[in-house]
Amino acid sequence: MNKPIRTVGVFCMLLFIALLAQSTNLQFFRSGELNDRPENRRVQEARFSAERGSILAGDTEIALSVPVDDRYLYQRQYPVAAPYAHMTGWFYFGGASGLERSQNRVLSGDDPSLFVNQLSDLLANRNPAGSNVGLTIDPDVQQVAYDQLAAQGDDVQGAVVALEPSTGRILASVSLPTFDPNQLALRDVNQVQENYQALYDDEANPLTNRAVATTLPPGSTFKLVTAAAYLEDHPDVDANTQVPGGSSYQLPGTRTSIANGGRSCGETTVSLTQAMEQSCNTTFLQLAVEEGQEGMTEVADAFGFNADPAEDYPGTAASAYPDNASDDLLAKSGIGQQDVRATPLQMAMVAATIANDGVLMEPYLIDRVTSPDGETITRHEPEERAEVVSSRTAGILQELMVNTVEQGTARQARIDGVEVGGKTGTAENCDGCRPYAWFVSYGERDGQQVAVAVMLQNVSPNVSISGGGLGGPIAKAVMEQALGVGE
Amino acid sequence: MSQVTSASPDQFVHRSRRGAELFLLILALGVGAGAYAAVGLGIQGEVPPDMIGYTGWLAVLMIAAHVAIRMTAQYADPILLPVVAALNGLGLAVIHRLDLANNSNFARQQLIWMTLGVVLFIVTITLLRDHRVLQRYTYTSGLLAIGLLLLPMMPIIGNEVRGARIWINVAGFSFQPGEIAKLLLVITFAGYLVLHRDALALAGRRLLFVDLPRGRDLGPILGMWLVSLGILVFQRDLGSSLMFFGMFLVLLYVATERPGWLVVGGALFVAGAFLGYQAFSHVRNRFDIWLSPFDYVDRTPGSGQLVESMFGMAWGGLIGRGFGEGQPWRIPFAESDFIMGAIGEELGLTGVMAVILLFAIIVERGLRTALVCRDGFGKLVATGLATIVALQVFVVVGGVTTLIPLTGLTTPFLSYGGSSLVANWVLVGLLLRISDQARRPLPGVEEPYGTYDSGADEATQVVKVVKP
Repeated sequence: MNKPIRTVGVFCMLLFIALLAQSTNLQFFRSGELNDRPENRRVQEARFSAERGSILAGDTEIALSVPVDDRYLYQRQYPVAAPYAHMTGWFYFGGASGLERSQNRVLSGDDPSLFVNQLSDLLANRNPAGSNVGLTIDPDVQQVAYDQLAAQGDDVQGAVVALEPSTGRILASVSLPTFDPNQLALRDVNQVQENYQALYDDEANPLTNRAVATTLPPGSTFKLVTAAAYLEDHPDVDANTQVPGGSSYQLPGTRTSIANGGRSCGETTVSLTQAMEQSCNTTFLQLAVEEGQEGMTEVADAFGFNADPAEDYPGTAASAYPDNASDDLLAKSGIGQQDVRATPLQMAMVAATIANDGVLMEPYLIDRVTSPDGETITRHEPEERAEVVSSRTAGILQELMVNTVEQGTARQARIDGVEVGGKTGTAENCDGCRPYAWFVSYGERDGQQVAVAVMLQNVSPNVSISGGGLGGPIAKAVMEQALGVGE
Repeated sequence: MSQVTSASPDQFVHRSRRGAELFLLILALGVGAGAYAAVGLGIQGEVPPDMIGYTGWLAVLMIAAHVAIRMTAQYADPILLPVVAALNGLGLAVIHRLDLANNSNFARQQLIWMTLGVVLFIVTITLLRDHRVLQRYTYTSGLLAIGLLLLPMMPIIGNEVRGARIWINVAGFSFQPGEIAKLLLVITFAGYLVLHRDALALAGRRLLFVDLPRGRDLGPILGMWLVSLGILVFQRDLGSSLMFFGMFLVLLYVATERPGWLVVGGALFVAGAFLGYQAFSHVRNRFDIWLSPFDYVDRTPGSGQLVESMFGMAWGGLIGRGFGEGQPWRIPFAESDFIMGAIGEELGLTGVMAVILLFAIIVERGLRTALVCRDGFGKLVATGLATIVALQVFVVVGGVTTLIPLTGLTTPFLSYGGSSLVANWVLVGLLLRISDQARRPLPGVEEPYGTYDSGADEATQVVKVVKP
């Protein structure tokens, strides 16, 4: 009987090995996943009562854990609150949103990249502390952008995004209306629920991050993309070349005509400079048709449309350049209408690419992770996302944008001693709706650059909406702060 | 009987190794007492005030068991008792920890049950000087086992707890007769199979490299299958049903040396499981919960207990939170079926692995006893007892860790539960008794220290008379 007994021995051994393997699976491999489940109260309690790392913009703490004298030991606070609310999100019992959520493992100290710190905490018998997350945001630029946008009135709905073209660092990201994350990080869960519900039900959608999550037709600012596509395919064309123009253009295959709103765009042709300066619809409708669907899509995609930007920025939406079913729709897409949709971040990427001689740097929000005592653990290195257009094309586009600021529709953004290029846009999402205003620009001074996109979705009913009139001064103030003008 | 292995000239002669056992027992006492102290330090911030009394009592129990072995089972396996003592001590500490959180008083009762278990352990090895005596009670113990299994179905004394009708209440005590029945069933199966193994081993039809048994020999296995199904249907006790049938199958295979029985048994098991799944909502419920535990968190019967235990184990991670730092009280009834969840949370994967390996050692020592045992009955009993431990641990720990659907059994020696603890102490007593017989030098072998020179040969072997 010994042979079968040995077989039984092997069988029992397999049973025990299976148990060992499954406990390892549960306690090691799946432990992160199980810890993150919303039903997991013990992890929530422990996390809620842990000292989390801070979120920093420059040296300013925009989210931090403050010791309090109750069973959860720490309270999460957001000292600057409103300008950063959409980025930080909030940390509450049972969950978190925004960066508090996406960077939870770093902030709570659980991330595998913090292994060395965890080990030293363990050996020194310290409570493991969370690491700090440093953002690329420049707190001064952010504050200026917020103040400028907020100055448009209580009803303002809009966003400002500023990028550093040579790196892709997001210097400012403001969305209005905003909210106070402190009111959503209270101890009282029912109160939090009530406050959240009120924000959720608010028709102005204060919880929406308009800087990166709201996509709207970019209107005339998209003419930069159309021009880029055209210039890439026509090496003989420069700023002074005559391109198709005219006072009105009949969309192919339809009886609909589109004019230029009274601006001067030549009899049949117009110089490219003037077409951009006067934001000639007739020109860019025709250029889009000439380029064709493929040529337009190729360049739009290279600029970042139809893909998620800034993966470390929670809640970003992809902008869309559509497949147009017919030439009339294709024409309208050339002036940023029809089904073209862009976020302010996307339009800032367009301006940044042009300023950076045609190279698009991947935008990013998280600059570094630092240990509780301030040592840098990881630092984000800038990455090139795409060579969107040649430097020649980018040079011509810069010329066109600068001219638009010097002589055209974007005059409000002029800054003495700074090379500023800009493009305005006003677009409608539907017939008879109030239009949206866009302003896209870049500034360069002593080799330092900044790209800014302003989007105004809604302002006080008695203010007329125009890209240059409303967006221009905001962009100007943000660029001045970013480039250190007047210091 | 043909399978009585003779002492061949090169037979290894086992040493008594009682000193090693004593040393290991001291280590085991360290586990029990250390865990108890750690619970006190972790939760109350101080060594428990009754530390000395508690440790003393554990020490008394272990020394008593050790002395009893020295006096009556000199050659018994030296590792089993310390392993069991360590597990029991750890279990007590974990139950005590849960008591402190839940304001219950299970640890004290468990200590009383442990005392009773050790007493019965001593009684077993003292009164039962030769395990072959048990072979005479093959059918008696079988009837007794069936009687015990039927008890919970009786009115008045039968008691249903959390859906399973496996309890009886007598004079204020509740008891699970099934725990005792499992020992009796091992004796019954071993006694029956050792007599009928030749008949059952007759070759039948050969199909795909496997010899399948003859149709007329299927009686016993079908009978056992029906009994297991009966337990499943009437007592709703999936775990015991699986354990009894699995143990029977293993013994059948060992006795006949025919893998064909495993094929037949496996097919019957699959059929039974399928029938159970189709016919009974509680079986279906367990299976569905196993597939997607998180979908049943808020339902009744739901997976709240299982999910909390999974969360606890995940939260414990590699090295655990430490006693007092976790929240094992979130797992309902953590002190019984889900004690592994509590261990996983506070002692981590390290603790869980240690416990699993201790069980593996018990099984390994049991099977080793079966290997060196000289009579067929002893071999089968030892195999059966070891298999029971292996299956019980697999079923309950596998269930808790979601390796298999949860069926509900106690974790031997760890879980709170008097019947289980006492029965398992008796189980170890039986194993030690058999191993003493197996490892004892044969009469005529004068050299006790493992020389390869032996005067015994088959012709002059003295077969010990079985005393009445």
